[in-house]
Amino acid sequence: MEKREGQGIIRLTEVDKSFDDEKVVKKLNLDVREGEFLTMLGPSGCGKTTTLRMIAGFEQPDSGEILLEGRNVAGKKPNERNVNTVFQNYALFPHMNVFDNIAFGLVEKKVKKDEIRTRVQEMIKLVKLDGMEKRMPSQMSGGQKQRVGIARALVNRPKVLLLDEPLGALDLKLRKQMQGELKHLQRRLGITFIYVTHDQEEALTMSDRIAVMNNGILEQVGTPEEVYNHPETKFVADFIGESNILEGYVEHVYEDAIGVTMESGKARIPETGYNSEEMVYLCVRPENLKIDARSHEGFSLRGQVREHIFIGSINKTMIELPNGQMLKAETPAEDELVPVGTVVNIYWNPGKVVVMRTKEEMIYNIIERSVQIEGMPNEPIF
Amino acid sequence: MNRFFKKHLGVFVTVGPTVLWLGIFLLIPLAYVILMTVLTKNAYGGMDFIFTLENYRNLFANEYLKVFGDSIWLSLQTTVICLVVGYPFAYILANAPKRWKGFLVMLLMLPFWTNSLIRTYGWNTLLRTEGILNHFLQGVGLIDQPLEMLYTDGAVLLGMVYALLPFTVLPLYTSIEKLDKSLLEAGSDLGASRVHVFTRIIFPLTMPGIFAGSIQTFIPSLGFFFISDMMGGAKTMYIGNLIKNQFLSARNWPFGAALSIVLIVITLILMKLYTRVGSLEDMA
Repeated sequence: MEKREGQGIIRLTEVDKSFDDEKVVKKLNLDVREGEFLTMLGPSGCGKTTTLRMIAGFEQPDSGEILLEGRNVAGKKPNERNVNTVFQNYALFPHMNVFDNIAFGLVEKKVKKDEIRTRVQEMIKLVKLDGMEKRMPSQMSGGQKQRVGIARALVNRPKVLLLDEPLGALDLKLRKQMQGELKHLQRRLGITFIYVTHDQEEALTMSDRIAVMNNGILEQVGTPEEVYNHPETKFVADFIGESNILEGYVEHVYEDAIGVTMESGKARIPETGYNSEEMVYLCVRPENLKIDARSHEGFSLRGQVREHIFIGSINKTMIELPNGQMLKAETPAEDELVPVGTVVNIYWNPGKVVVMRTKEEMIYNIIERSVQIEGMPNEPIF
Repeated sequence: MNRFFKKHLGVFVTVGPTVLWLGIFLLIPLAYVILMTVLTKNAYGGMDFIFTLENYRNLFANEYLKVFGDSIWLSLQTTVICLVVGYPFAYILANAPKRWKGFLVMLLMLPFWTNSLIRTYGWNTLLRTEGILNHFLQGVGLIDQPLEMLYTDGAVLLGMVYALLPFTVLPLYTSIEKLDKSLLEAGSDLGASRVHVFTRIIFPLTMPGIFAGSIQTFIPSLGFFFISDMMGGAKTMYIGNLIKNQFLSARNWPFGAALSIVLIVITLILMKLYTRVGSLEDMA
């Protein structure tokens, strides 16, 4: 296993989990560094919450290892792990007031009464619930409840705080505000946060690193900049932000570039490491897709402007390719618009495209690898 | 009159039969029982229309106070045993896999499809001196002499618990099933052991179910007379037996009526408590 920088506080190795014969998490490998804000991002049902629940101890992996601070936690119950969870539905104890809810974990640890009082008060101040100690959960708004949920977890000074879509049930404005507060809290306390969400914007704004999951597979782990600007798979490119994805194959391999042929045209891309005839996806963000009346060197890709959509500060231009595919280009609102119906040349600046092998190619590589691992004859499957 | 009738036809058709039924078979008899309590019994088992409070005064005689005491004590024992036995039962039931739940609840209700008198008689066959259990124990060689199991207070208690257990289990089951499972996870996550998750979360949150189960067990247990008749050999007198005897054997209807009213009042007070707790639960 490769060494990574930073002290690893959690390590998941080849973790598998199924529910009723349905594989929810497949061969997951993940290292979480001490003190970082890691977000697990993916659509619902991708296995991110299950992964979090395995770290918390609510579920046991079918196979694979979970290490907390270097120790295997297989078989350890949630109360024997130095992690705490913030639940999406808050899960506050309805028969206890705010103070008793927050004090729950400390009472379990048999902390002295005076210390409980000061530590709970400290937490109440931290999450800005001053004066609400005696409130019952049923008398509080969603945002306030989640503050109690966060305080109740943090008061135990866990090594890692697990947050399972904690802001999912709040309205947009409150969610934005709480995002800021959570990030601030994490910085201040230096506790490792593992945050589960399906909201890519939330992930991009809050995280130190993002782990993108899909169908139980970890697609990519990286900083927000990395996953946004250099997505490694088509799914990541598609799921995070908007993308134009063009399918093509490598027709020419030059010394410092490749010539990709698509259904609707050709493009020369300064990338190496691809073989002739290889199927690839080209991924261009709308803000990087340019249109022009004159042609640009290395590009022979044309389309027809179909529509302009005005969204505040920017204009979105929809361009139809000869094969019917729609591309999106974003330009500042003050720029002059190309009239609808004009046939234009499409290009992008060097470095503004991400080339990735198509899924078929990737799947083939994975199968090839697993076949080798299991020591079976390397017979062609396709 | 005709127009009034037409206007309220819906009310008459829907509610009318119920009102009529309850009026004839509940309100009028109840009024009759209440009236009876202030009449004087005559020598031939009938009643004379002479106003008296004698029947109520008689309630405070020592032997009757003892009957009330014994009855309440038996009902309390029954309720507590039902709770202790029923809680784990309800807990397992509520946490059973979904496809099993319906079946298990049906098993619980199954005995109710047989007449309770017959079921109680079943216990007699089991517990008699020449009963199945004694035969078995003697056959195995555990005992030489048959045990006196039937016609004891213990047998009555057993019969009561047997008959009333479902009344305890069902409210408990409802209450435990409603419990948000993420609360238990949260408790465990915050460091609580299984025992503490139970004592600090599950138990307080299922308190309404415990209360409902207790009352639903306690109230009918006060009135059951055939179990103590059949399994206790009428050795200890309970309210139910006393009322039955006053009407059927002693032919003292006014006193029997007064006893019935006491039982009804106790029940009403408990019911009031029960609905009060019910509304408290809705608030939470």
